[in-house]
Amino acid sequence: MSEATGGIHMEEGGGGKIKKFLYLNRKAPYGTIYALESLEVVLIAAAFDQDVSLAFIDDGVYQIVKGQHTKGIDVKNFSPTFRALEGYDIEKLYVEKESMEARSLKETDFLVPVKVVNAAEMADIMQSQDVVLSF
Amino acid sequence: MPINVSGKTIETDEEGYLVSRTDWNEEIAKEMAKIDNCDLSTNHWEVINFLREYYEEYQIAPAVRVLTKAIGKKLGPDKGNSKYLYELFPYGPAKQACKYAGLPKPTGCV
Amino acid sequence: MLHTVNKSPTERNTLESCLKHVNKGSVVLLIEDGVYGALKGTTSTKMVEQALKNFPIYALYPDIEARGMQDRVIDGIKLVDYSGFVELAAEHSSVQSWL
Repeated sequence: MSEATGGIHMEEGGGGKIKKFLYLNRKAPYGTIYALESLEVVLIAAAFDQDVSLAFIDDGVYQIVKGQHTKGIDVKNFSPTFRALEGYDIEKLYVEKESMEARSLKETDFLVPVKVVNAAEMADIMQSQDVVLSF
Repeated sequence: MPINVSGKTIETDEEGYLVSRTDWNEEIAKEMAKIDNCDLSTNHWEVINFLREYYEEYQIAPAVRVLTKAIGKKLGPDKGNSKYLYELFPYGPAKQACKYAGLPKPTGCV
Repeated sequence: MLHTVNKSPTERNTLESCLKHVNKGSVVLLIEDGVYGALKGTTSTKMVEQALKNFPIYALYPDIEARGMQDRVIDGIKLVDYSGFVELAAEHSSVQSWL
């Protein structure tokens, strides 16, 4: 992507309609590559002005927990990058209440502002999207 | 392609970005700029230092749109615009300034 | 025997299965995403606390710290670093990796 195309629209049948994209995160941060891959796709896709939301369910809620220090395992700590999303105009971050509570986590344990929703509300959020990308 | 700075050889990738971010110092930035026929002014350094701080905080190099907006917020609208930044860094503010700042190319730039 | 578990208990049943197959004299070490099994207040905490009555359970601290879980570890789980991991492996005649 050239820098000059920083704000191009994805053309859809000439309409250039803004679509709703949901990135669904279900995996813990470092045991597999899914979490990092998801975040990279979010950042790349941010150049296309779409309506982007992130959802964290199951072990995905562990991705945004405060206090991660990865020096000891010699892996890049990408959790601070979630705080950069606001600058990319990505501000809709949903955490599923049931997943959070099953792991004894509270809203204040997260390093970014999130909206906590229950599973039924999360289902509605998924239903309302044009595209759901699952990681 | 390695570059030589004050007697030391520093590894860079095929596009001139540092292989190891921890190698960075101001002399390296100046040497990289010299290769591009660019003389670093206070205004260049303002952007380079901004990028280094941004990376320190968020662990990524920002996309150009995000950089422009963030510069505007910090340094004012006369600097937070494409014209100003492209004049300073004609190869693209994010790409070129990130290189001098010792950062990787912004995610999403080819 | 040293049993190692590297999967999160809320993603796979690896930990549950491992804990059912540990004999006397054996120990369990939680590593990588397995360290999520070492946490207080989760859906697997009771099972782990019950297991602790029968054999020691260790967790690899660098993996705990990477995931920001420093203050959430169940009392009674022993934290080890990489050299502690090596010592455990050396102390036991064999290692079984539960994946």
